[in-house]
Amino acid sequence: MAVFNQSRKFTIQMIIGVIFIIMVIRLMTLQIFSGKYEKLATDQAILRKVVYPSRGIIFDRNGKAILDNTVMYDLMVTPSQLKGVDTMSLCNILSIDTAEFRKRVVNAIIKNTRNRASVFEPLLSSEKYARVNEKLFRFQPAFFLQERPIRTYPFKAAAHILGYVGEVDSAILKRSNFFYQMGDFAGRSGLESYYERILMGQRGIQYILRDNFNRPIGPYENGDFDTAAVAGRHLNTYIDIEVQQMAEKLMKNKVGSVVAIEPKTGGIIAMTSAPGYDPNELTGPESRKNFNRLFTNPSSPMLNRGMQGVYPPGSTFKPLGALVALNEGLITPSYGYPCFGRYQPCGKPACTHSNAGHAGDLKLSIANSCNSYYAHLLRLTIDNPKYKSIDKGLMQWKSYLNAFGLGHRLGVDLAGEYAGYIPDTTRYNKVFRKGGWNSCTIVSLGIGQGEMQVTPLQMANSMCLIANRGWYYIPHFVKSIENESERDTILNSFRDKIKPLHIPDTAYQAVIDGMEMVVTNGTARNAKIPGYAVCAKTGTVENYYRGVKQQNHSFFVAFAPKDNPKIAVCVVVENAGFGSTWAAPIASLLMEKYLTDSIAGPQRKAEIERISNVSLIPMRIQREIRVRDSLKRIKDSVAARKARLTVKADVQNQKKTIIETAHTPYPQVPEENFSAFSTFFLHSAPGRFFKKNIHKIRA
Amino acid sequence: MSARDESIGKGVDTGVVVMYYLLLLIGFIAIFSVEYRMEDSFWKSVIAVKNNYSKQLLFIGVSSVLALFILLIDSKFFAATANLMYLGGIILMLLTFVIGKNISGSRSWIALGGGFNLQPAELCKVFTSLAIAKYMSRQETDFKLFRSHLIAFAITLGPALLSIAQKETGLALVYFSFFLVLYREGLPSVYLVAGFSLVILFVTAIVMPFTAYVVMIALLLFIAVYILWRKIKKTFSLFVFLLLLGGICVLFKYAVDFIVFDKILKPYQSERVLNMFGKSYIPKDPKRIAQFEKEKALGKKRDYGYNVRQSKIAIGSGGVLGKGFLKGVTTQGEFVPEQHTDFIFTAVAESFGFWGSVLLLGIYFMLLMRMVRIAERQRSTFSRVYTYSVVSILFFHVFINICMTIGLMPVIGITLPFLSYGGSSLITFTALVFILLRLDADRQMVLR
Repeated sequence: MAVFNQSRKFTIQMIIGVIFIIMVIRLMTLQIFSGKYEKLATDQAILRKVVYPSRGIIFDRNGKAILDNTVMYDLMVTPSQLKGVDTMSLCNILSIDTAEFRKRVVNAIIKNTRNRASVFEPLLSSEKYARVNEKLFRFQPAFFLQERPIRTYPFKAAAHILGYVGEVDSAILKRSNFFYQMGDFAGRSGLESYYERILMGQRGIQYILRDNFNRPIGPYENGDFDTAAVAGRHLNTYIDIEVQQMAEKLMKNKVGSVVAIEPKTGGIIAMTSAPGYDPNELTGPESRKNFNRLFTNPSSPMLNRGMQGVYPPGSTFKPLGALVALNEGLITPSYGYPCFGRYQPCGKPACTHSNAGHAGDLKLSIANSCNSYYAHLLRLTIDNPKYKSIDKGLMQWKSYLNAFGLGHRLGVDLAGEYAGYIPDTTRYNKVFRKGGWNSCTIVSLGIGQGEMQVTPLQMANSMCLIANRGWYYIPHFVKSIENESERDTILNSFRDKIKPLHIPDTAYQAVIDGMEMVVTNGTARNAKIPGYAVCAKTGTVENYYRGVKQQNHSFFVAFAPKDNPKIAVCVVVENAGFGSTWAAPIASLLMEKYLTDSIAGPQRKAEIERISNVSLIPMRIQREIRVRDSLKRIKDSVAARKARLTVKADVQNQKKTIIETAHTPYPQVPEENFSAFSTFFLHSAPGRFFKKNIHKIRA
Repeated sequence: MSARDESIGKGVDTGVVVMYYLLLLIGFIAIFSVEYRMEDSFWKSVIAVKNNYSKQLLFIGVSSVLALFILLIDSKFFAATANLMYLGGIILMLLTFVIGKNISGSRSWIALGGGFNLQPAELCKVFTSLAIAKYMSRQETDFKLFRSHLIAFAITLGPALLSIAQKETGLALVYFSFFLVLYREGLPSVYLVAGFSLVILFVTAIVMPFTAYVVMIALLLFIAVYILWRKIKKTFSLFVFLLLLGGICVLFKYAVDFIVFDKILKPYQSERVLNMFGKSYIPKDPKRIAQFEKEKALGKKRDYGYNVRQSKIAIGSGGVLGKGFLKGVTTQGEFVPEQHTDFIFTAVAESFGFWGSVLLLGIYFMLLMRMVRIAERQRSTFSRVYTYSVVSILFFHVFINICMTIGLMPVIGITLPFLSYGGSSLITFTALVFILLRLDADRQMVLR
């Protein structure tokens, strides 16, 4: 009987075998060949939490913190947990409507998927934060508050230098090779951007295990994969924040720039650009709005004119022109030239100016700013028989200026520096065709007009070169980095002395003597500082806007004291007239402030207020601002009318939703429960974070 | 004492015993990894018997005692009382309708007190195996007769019908595994072919749209007529039969679409089955449509694919070598529902990866093959039929459970033998295996 049907044993064994093989094959595809499950598992079970370190702080030369860190809160939303949240009351707290609420949630889902938290409202104002925090238990776990350290600027100054910190955009994401993630904050301009890697520190990453309800259940692998956040390092700069503040005050209601450099180190003491803005405007909840407002302002307050404004240097160029001629051996310090207020030798009178001065020697020519003298010097330089052709002569002249730091980027530690422009032969060959020009054609270069363009930073740097008698350091802001080590190569270029030419000291001395005379009995007698030998040069720069001649720019360059230079300044006030009228007193006040740490005498103090209160904004820009504002008013009134019309419809809709939601009231929380909650919250996350941070900053 | 031990252990197949305890160990480790949290103290919870793994340890102890007890019983006892036990099982199952306890939607449990519950449908597997063995081994049973087939079907499918009535569809399906036993005992191949064809037809009916299905049936008919043309010329009734078969096939499609999914299966079951084939369940019955609309309006859409998706994630993320013991993030995060019972395989596969899963499957395969060998060496029909019943039940459980976790089968609530948490399941399988071992130990005795 047992043998009966025994062959069927094999069939059964085969069926079992085949099914086991199918299962193994399926397991193979799932576990070995399909890579997606690994990622799915980690995505849903492991929360990768980025721990942001506190950003480094920037100190001025006296150890004052120019900027500081503080904490604000982002309201975060996890869309997948929104079910059952009392939307209406949250909307009321945030004063938004339900349509806006829906829009934000949809945006959050698009940006960061349904299950991940995204920012619902960034950087709550303190008032909103208080209201949200009080009622937060009603909206949890879909909503929570996340602290976000932000910058504050106690001195409300140096906006252009410091730059701002903003959310990274897709361009930065790509450029950084996805070092940053969506929602990260990074330095977007200024020192914040240039020294980003030092200021940001190292982000820490915490891997947290979570369960199917998104609740954290502990560290992943005992935190073995976690990396600790390393706080950003501080920067010590050469900035004197009080001088900077005063410079900004003096430049109020003007267009222009001030750059002050310490000649011995190349450290920039102050750099302003007017009109400017309060750096606090670009942090906090209103930052985006403010950014748009500043960005569209016709007077371009975001432009750092100190290194991005390009102008012909005008007469402030003359000391450099003299140095070139002296070094080429074309003149001696006692060389004189008739000065009648215009330059005649090229036929038509050129380079005219009022107050025909005396140019009996080099000193007088600088003191009285004689145009003929320098027009003549340029022709001497370019037509120098040594070089046989004007092409070579011009190129030789240009190479001098390049060595002085003009016509190329200096390499300051801010991004976006402009190079300026020193014309060369190709430019003139293009404009006048080859052989169609001579030294007479371009004679205005001799007095710093024409095609030549420089930035205030370059002019201030050339003052350093003269003050130091032949050398300079690349202008820079940062003196040292906290805990600097061998690996920090970012400052190396600022520590090499640049000695471009070997012009004899006698030449420098002659020019410096002339520049001293400018203040003692020349064009800028109002720039005197009692007790200090100031060397300076005024400039009154002719300029054109779209071919229309504008009011002259007021230029002034200076350094002081004469023999032991501590500060070199370049002041530009656009369309303000003579160099001595506005730029000179501003420079004088700033140098006094820096050298003596105060302003002496009530008269000088009154001068500060006088200059600060004068508005010198060019008519052209005023007109553009008016046009923009009136357009905005029209737009606003149209929008307001539209809003009035829609409010009616909205009110009706809201009534409907209120009636609908009335049937499902949110759970009433007993009083004691609530207070326990708020004490818990206040004593936990934010409180601790705040204490920790304050401690860090103070230390 | 040693003499007595020898008499119990004599003739008992050690291979099966070793594999049995190996599987229990793996099961305990898996349940432990599902339940264990860092903050728990292992010994405390074992003593307190509050966690599932400590309860499972208790069940293992009870099962071992039961095993010993079974080995002590004379093997003749099982053959003698088979019918009685079967009757008792049926009565127990009927009792659940009166004093049944509702656990997760099915009234198939009887409360024993102390937090322990008994599921008679589980135990009935043992009794049914004995009963069918008893029936097949009867001298007067002639299994060539159609009447005997019917009786055999009745014995096996009786408890299945009761299970369906208890809303335990999964358990009911297990009773279809006796098909394999009957096949071994000489059930004509026609049944196997017919059953297999029915499965294929069912799958085609689900996958294909109506017109394509009808066209396919017509084509098959045409081919059949072409091949059998000579025979049809002789006997015209064959042609009529073929046409009738075609008609039945078309009707079958209709039945699948409108009756099976809409009337017989519950919405979630339909959804699970259709999900298997990448389809979603759209009800055609007006009552169900109304119900669906209502649920939709309340935003109560339930995610029926969730279980399988999470199960696949857990298994797939294990990779080749696995994440290591207690390091499965999906397990730790409790992402897989019912992981300690029906989805226990995911815990093994996530922690120990492909090699661990294959090792586990290998143990099952070896166990089954060994049991087939044991079955074939029996002298008595009773022992052989009983052993084959155990093989079939075990095989069906492993097959359906594993395939359900890896997404080859719809989700059917069936435990993984020896691994899944649960006293009833473990005691049932222990009884099945150790009765087998007792019978095998006495294979030299002729039990008719």
